[in-house]
Amino acid sequence: MTTAPAIELKGISKAFGPVQANKDISIRVMPGTIHGIIGENGAGKSTLMSILYGFYKADKGEIFIKGYKTQIPDSQAAIAAGIGMVFQHFKLVENFTVLENIILGAEDGRWLKPSIAKARRTLLELSEDYGLSVEPDALIQDIGVGMQQRVEILKALYRQADILILDEPTGVLTPAEADQLFRILDRLRAEGKTIILITHKLREIMDTTDTVSVMRRGEMTATVKTAETSPAELAELMVGRKVLLRVDKTPAQPKDVVLDIKDLHVRDEKGVERLKGINLTVRAGEVLGIAGVAGNGQSELLEVLGGYAEGTGNITVNGQPLDLTGKYSDGQSRRAHGIAHVPEDRQREGLIMEFAAWENVAFGYHHDEAYRSGALMDNTAIREDTEGKMERFDVRPPDPKLAAKNFSGGNQQKIVLAREIERNPDLLLIGQPTRGVDIGAIEFIHQQIIALRDKGKAVLLVSVELDEIMALSDRIAVMFDGHIMGERLPSQTDEKELGLLMAGIGAQK
Amino acid sequence: MDVMPKWAEVILVPLISLLLAAVISALVILAIGEDPVAAAKLMVTGALGSTYGWGYTLYYATNFMFTGLAVSIAFHARLFNIGGEGQAALGGLGVALACLYIPWPHWSLALVGAAVAAGLFGAAWAAMPAYLQARRGSHIVITTIMFNFIAASLLNYVLVNLLRPKGSMDPASARFPDAVHLPTLHELLAPLGIAFSKSAPANVSLLVAVAACVFLWFLIWRTRLGYEIRSFGHSESAAKYAGMPPFKIIMVTMLISGALAGMMAINNVMGEAERLVLNSVEGAGFIGIAVALMGRSHPLGVFIAAILFGFLYQGGAELALWTAIPRELIVVIQALVILFTGALDNMVRMPLERMFLALRMRKEV
Amino acid sequence: MDFLTLIQLLDSAVRLATPLLLACLAGLYSERAGIFDIGLEGKMLAAAFFSAAIAALTGSVWIGLLAGIAASLALSAIHGVASITFRGNQLISGVAINFLAAGLTVLIAQSWFKQGGRTPSLIGNARFEPITLPFAEALQNVPVLGPIYYELISGHSILVYIAFAAVPFTWWLLFRTRFGLRLRAVGENPAAVDTAGVSVVGLRFAAVGICGILCGIAGAYLSTALQAGFVKDMAAGRGFIALAALIFAKWRPWYALYACLLFGLFGALETRPDVIENLIGVKVQIQLLAALPYLMTVIILAGFVGKAIPPRAGGEPYVKER
Repeated sequence: MTTAPAIELKGISKAFGPVQANKDISIRVMPGTIHGIIGENGAGKSTLMSILYGFYKADKGEIFIKGYKTQIPDSQAAIAAGIGMVFQHFKLVENFTVLENIILGAEDGRWLKPSIAKARRTLLELSEDYGLSVEPDALIQDIGVGMQQRVEILKALYRQADILILDEPTGVLTPAEADQLFRILDRLRAEGKTIILITHKLREIMDTTDTVSVMRRGEMTATVKTAETSPAELAELMVGRKVLLRVDKTPAQPKDVVLDIKDLHVRDEKGVERLKGINLTVRAGEVLGIAGVAGNGQSELLEVLGGYAEGTGNITVNGQPLDLTGKYSDGQSRRAHGIAHVPEDRQREGLIMEFAAWENVAFGYHHDEAYRSGALMDNTAIREDTEGKMERFDVRPPDPKLAAKNFSGGNQQKIVLAREIERNPDLLLIGQPTRGVDIGAIEFIHQQIIALRDKGKAVLLVSVELDEIMALSDRIAVMFDGHIMGERLPSQTDEKELGLLMAGIGAQK
Repeated sequence: MDVMPKWAEVILVPLISLLLAAVISALVILAIGEDPVAAAKLMVTGALGSTYGWGYTLYYATNFMFTGLAVSIAFHARLFNIGGEGQAALGGLGVALACLYIPWPHWSLALVGAAVAAGLFGAAWAAMPAYLQARRGSHIVITTIMFNFIAASLLNYVLVNLLRPKGSMDPASARFPDAVHLPTLHELLAPLGIAFSKSAPANVSLLVAVAACVFLWFLIWRTRLGYEIRSFGHSESAAKYAGMPPFKIIMVTMLISGALAGMMAINNVMGEAERLVLNSVEGAGFIGIAVALMGRSHPLGVFIAAILFGFLYQGGAELALWTAIPRELIVVIQALVILFTGALDNMVRMPLERMFLALRMRKEV
Repeated sequence: MDFLTLIQLLDSAVRLATPLLLACLAGLYSERAGIFDIGLEGKMLAAAFFSAAIAALTGSVWIGLLAGIAASLALSAIHGVASITFRGNQLISGVAINFLAAGLTVLIAQSWFKQGGRTPSLIGNARFEPITLPFAEALQNVPVLGPIYYELISGHSILVYIAFAAVPFTWWLLFRTRFGLRLRAVGENPAAVDTAGVSVVGLRFAAVGICGILCGIAGAYLSTALQAGFVKDMAAGRGFIALAALIFAKWRPWYALYACLLFGLFGALETRPDVIENLIGVKVQIQLLAALPYLMTVIILAGFVGKAIPPRAGGEPYVKER
């Protein structure tokens, strides 16, 4: 006798406009197992699970739950089919109690008191069955993220879900909290629940799952038994054997230290420590690549250096200390220090999408002598400069009056790059230089970065693309969970070793 | 690519909104048993058929230019200043004080002085809501509404207890001295040999309003400050990346906005009434919202929309005079314009975008 | 100040607080569900006109009340379509509704009654008459409690009692029922409601609808109980004072009652400046009293007297996202 899979997806495809988020994906998950789905950011994991939870409708494909073909047009249908989902960003009402959040939408009748009383009893049972203790009358805003996540899990269990999807559940957890979570998942599995764990962390997959599927660029590249694979193999499947991008470059000739970071700590708005004591140096004439899975503190590092997040520690540029909290911790002051910054998210930060190309060329440099005349902007000068930049950086179409949103990703990036590089900065910060950029432009952008290095400038490169890090860096530092896991020379390491470091495995300090 | 070509965005969308507002207004006129075509004709002849009509149309338009610009500049920083009414009322107080207590030798100097006073008073009235928004995150919409009411009480107090001449029962200031009388269009155009109605209130402030339009265009599209204001309005995160301080931008934008609303007083208080009366603003602060929405916050758009609303105001007054249709018809039209160009923008836009998309697809096939 | 003056003053405060309270609770439902509503004023005004007009035409104040509620609901529907369906700007929609009501009421009043934008004076059954509570007359002469019961508690129109009863009812509905839980949740985090399988759009429309009904009663009270007929602009900023009271009450029903009574008392004192002068020995400007609700709201907003935190999702159209 064969048991039907708890979930079976057949040929799921989903496109958002021209972007194919999921391509012909099929997957089988047996009941009572933990199935991992691993892949880089943007590989299509979340889209796939959103389809399963009724947030999106697939363009093609079929869903079978416990052997029966099921339509899931909305969340209600997903809940009815016994699917529960714990989102990466919790869907909790902050000023409600734990109990209120748990019964929301699954109340037992019109009146609250009996519903809450019933929920209190059920909650007690659930807590005992699965080892999930929570304080039922605490407000969500008063409990920690680990506890909040438990509430999300309890919400699903309260709705009698026997299939539980967790989307990047450890992204906001401390290692101890994560360990606790995995113990709970083990227990749930033992009780017969089916769990899908979406993550980009190899160690979590290795430690907890029974089977694992790897996604890359909207496709499912492999499904294997966890016991029969290795982190190295998964890392390879995950990053993929893309056409190796070759960048012609001579060996670096590092000179004086330009950027010196000592013991840098950063907390986010919620008070969670995102950088936990970073020490780095970048010399003139070298590219330091920061490798790491997204969300391990790279963004915060760039924001502090760029002047729009606060931190503690010591940072000097050319020997001069940077103001990390006070009046001079802003973009203007950073530029005065000779720092240029190509931000990770060019659409939210690097560009004003509604502005014309020429207006964006002045963005952040609008107080510059060359771009102003008195209180006015020297629009003619900026436009002329833009024309030149567009020509030198091969921006297409070369129309300074076109709004930024109307350029392709690669050409948008060239506009930002032209603006920042042609300032001739001493230090260039550059995040995800080729995210969403077409192949042709990638090569050009890489050449520009190397050219700047060869002019004796310092470059701090952050990228989640390992290929890119390998191709451009003269030294590589790997970040994990707000720490620098180690530094390597590209010639003396390989993707496997870096992949392990990125997963938090290896020479931890 | 943009779904819609620029001309559709700038002209077609407002035009359709306006058309919708006009159709519904016509239905309203029909429903109250009047003839919309006759009403429209009467409005056109009444507001545009004579220099008298034009004189009133332009007088109202002057008010709306100031308040429309005030709302527009705030919109550029994504701030909604509903406080134009109160800021204009305070501007009136500034004008009254300047005109009553400073012995001006000539109207031109008085105009400059009164405009400065009006601007300062208006800006001061906008400063507090701006500060609360920038520092405390208090919603500027609510605070500016509250400041409108506080302004009304304040003016009531000042007029009844302080500025009212002894023996007068009327809650109004004394009449301004003759020296500060602003030349009307009649007086301005007569030397050029152009006959313009003597009794129409349009005056030299119209030129100041037009200058304000030009100034604001310059400020928004040419200066570094305007560039920062627009950047902040489009994307706060990008403005932070670039190092543009939000506090400064919110404060400066609202001060300019308040000053513009306040400067309306050189038209209605100094140019027309020549004394400060109770409720001198008469809703012009609110019409600024409709004007700004319709003019898409562009000074040229505001200029055109202000004249349109001036026409509606004067036309509406004529209607009230000659037919049974009350003046409030223009309030209805104003509401419909705000509704369609503002709140229901997506309703007009979505079908249009679909249409243009289909058109382009067909072209590409 | 003698006892009777005090009772009269409080009685007048209750009368003036009633429309504020109804409108304030109306706003409470809407804003608790995440829909800002600065169109309370307009909805009250429309309801005031239609209830007076229909009461005058039919001779029945109850039909008038229904008409007022219907008018207010129609404006609520516009607000809902603009801000929920088409995800438009809730503030701009509210502004439009205020003007729409201000214009249409006069326009229609003029067309129907030709009395310069007012309705005929309401008499008899076309008006809500004061209700004398049981034993009020009998107990009138009992010292202290008698006058309080007779003057202050008894002798109001039915709508006053409805308004005051609406406070505990609202509290109960919001905090003791499933509907209330969901309504509060949708104003705090619509995504939580959506992922729990409950319709965000449905809940928000329900809230906007309740807001319409309450504004309708508030408007009807103005023209058929507080006064006998509609006059132009008779809401006179009450919608905004109600908004101020709502912030003052930090979006809570019982506090809304206290805030509205306080603002009602300011209103009552505005007509009796002599009372204050006798009381504190200083002449207080009536203009200051008129501005007091707004001044106090600004002070609250500034955070000097505890921070008023509005529902977190207020003013933002809900867009589903991953």
